[in-house]
Amino acid sequence: MKKRYLVIVLVVLSLLSLFVGVTRISPRDLFDFTSEETQIFLISRVPRLIAIILAGAGMSIAGLIMQSLSRNKFVSPTTAGTLDATRLGILISMLVFTNATYMQKLSFAFIFALAGTLLFMQILNRIKFKDAIFIPLVGLMFGNILSSITTFFAYKSNIIQNITAWLQGDFSLILKGRYELLYISIPVLIIAYFYANRFTVAGMGEDFAKNLGLSYKKVMNLGLVLVALISTTVVLTVGMIPFLGLIIPNIVSIFKGDHLEKTLPHTALLGVIFLLACDILGRVLIFPYEIPISMTVGVIGSAIFLFLLFRGKAYA
Amino acid sequence: MIQVKEITKYFGKKPVVDNVSVNIQPGKITSFIGPNGAGKSTLLSMVSRLLDADTGEVLLDKSDVRKWKSDEFSKRISILKQSNYMNVRLTIRELVSFGRFPYSKGRLNAEDIKMVDQAIEYMNLKDLENNYLDELSGGQRQRAFIAMVIAQDTEYILLDEPLNNLDMKHSVQIMKILRKLVTELGKTVVIVLHDINFASVYSDYIVALKNGRVVKDGPTHEIINSNALKEIYDMDIPIQEMNSCRICVYFNS
Repeated sequence: MKKRYLVIVLVVLSLLSLFVGVTRISPRDLFDFTSEETQIFLISRVPRLIAIILAGAGMSIAGLIMQSLSRNKFVSPTTAGTLDATRLGILISMLVFTNATYMQKLSFAFIFALAGTLLFMQILNRIKFKDAIFIPLVGLMFGNILSSITTFFAYKSNIIQNITAWLQGDFSLILKGRYELLYISIPVLIIAYFYANRFTVAGMGEDFAKNLGLSYKKVMNLGLVLVALISTTVVLTVGMIPFLGLIIPNIVSIFKGDHLEKTLPHTALLGVIFLLACDILGRVLIFPYEIPISMTVGVIGSAIFLFLLFRGKAYA
Repeated sequence: MIQVKEITKYFGKKPVVDNVSVNIQPGKITSFIGPNGAGKSTLLSMVSRLLDADTGEVLLDKSDVRKWKSDEFSKRISILKQSNYMNVRLTIRELVSFGRFPYSKGRLNAEDIKMVDQAIEYMNLKDLENNYLDELSGGQRQRAFIAMVIAQDTEYILLDEPLNNLDMKHSVQIMKILRKLVTELGKTVVIVLHDINFASVYSDYIVALKNGRVVKDGPTHEIINSNALKEIYDMDIPIQEMNSCRICVYFNS
């Protein structure tokens, strides 16, 4: 898994993504700045590509950080209740403020995502039975409890449809002006890269980290804040993208190990490639209609997840 | 110089380590021995700051270990706990490089790389350096961790039951390495051991604990005798001397 090849695949898929769609756009159209094609290109296609790149890199890195800090290969925003907590946060912001602004939703969702993930980590600390597969099951249950709370209150106040929009990840709604929040991922990813070594050390356990003079709690908290930030921005703009943060880091780990400083770029690249491929697939399968991204990622991702589960308790 | 002064640690209401005072002799191997639940590992954890004592203090160079800055402290004392459950996929070289973390925070300079190379050479792991830890045998993995501690270059090396899950050959190998660390590199080694005979053959000093208290404490030859062992283990253990090794024959006592 060479970085060079990943970059080439990424570029090819990006170009493909820019020129696949209901409106036929050829590169030649772009020389005319006023044409309808150029407008569509700039308002829809480019933002969509950027959104996929940022969400794909963000969610995979979020998963990588969570797996390292929880020391469990099957923990990710999907399997630790982070995404469900985010959705609950958005719901509460909508109940508290009628016509909640973007900032209000963002801050509520962030606080809930952080609190939810922290709570899961606390549960993890108390579980004596640290089976690799048992822990994500606990996380899924925890997430489902949060999710049913969300559904209950959404149902009571008639905003079920509004909430469903955040249940399904969908890139077809991404237009200029509706995705810029995702740019928060960029500084988050840069910070993640600078702290990669600390995350790796923390991933070897508290005693190990303390032996090397690392302030374990600080690194842990920083990691969870980064995860919550990424999850929040992705859920608010695109919606839930399941399994991405789970399978991508696992695949990279098999080939490249768990030294985060070395695997971070690969994980981000592969995450983007996988998401781009799923998105393009979703766009061409029932052309001119679209299958939402959470569906394609969900189906392909769960298949890979099952494969990883059966493949090796050895790596878990 | 490490001085343990009257430290006590409670788990719940029960004191696991009860008013213990010990001086660790520099440049020697000191073994902590005793029955299960005697508080050996807890004591070691408090010396290495992994746990805080409830009362009393541990002094490193006459100042309380809790007052040391954590990166300075980790350049002086290193601790290895039982690490066989670790499931992080790192190569030996990557693991040993993390021994330099207190110095470089992960960005290795030329000096760090030299230390890492030396540590790997010293533990005869050059051929395996790019293998992942989960592909190694228990003995090789334990050697990799010791290589990491050598790269960490601390004066004091603390090990919590390093022979756990190792067969005889690898146990002997590890103990010989620890001996070499003391004689060749001038390290001070403190080690929790279960096997009384390894303690007898390889250590200079023995601290015997029972129910959280120190029952015997002194040079190895003073501890390895039937009277002292009776007090520590409640067993009548005859001692046989062979090739200047004092062996405790406890199997049928």
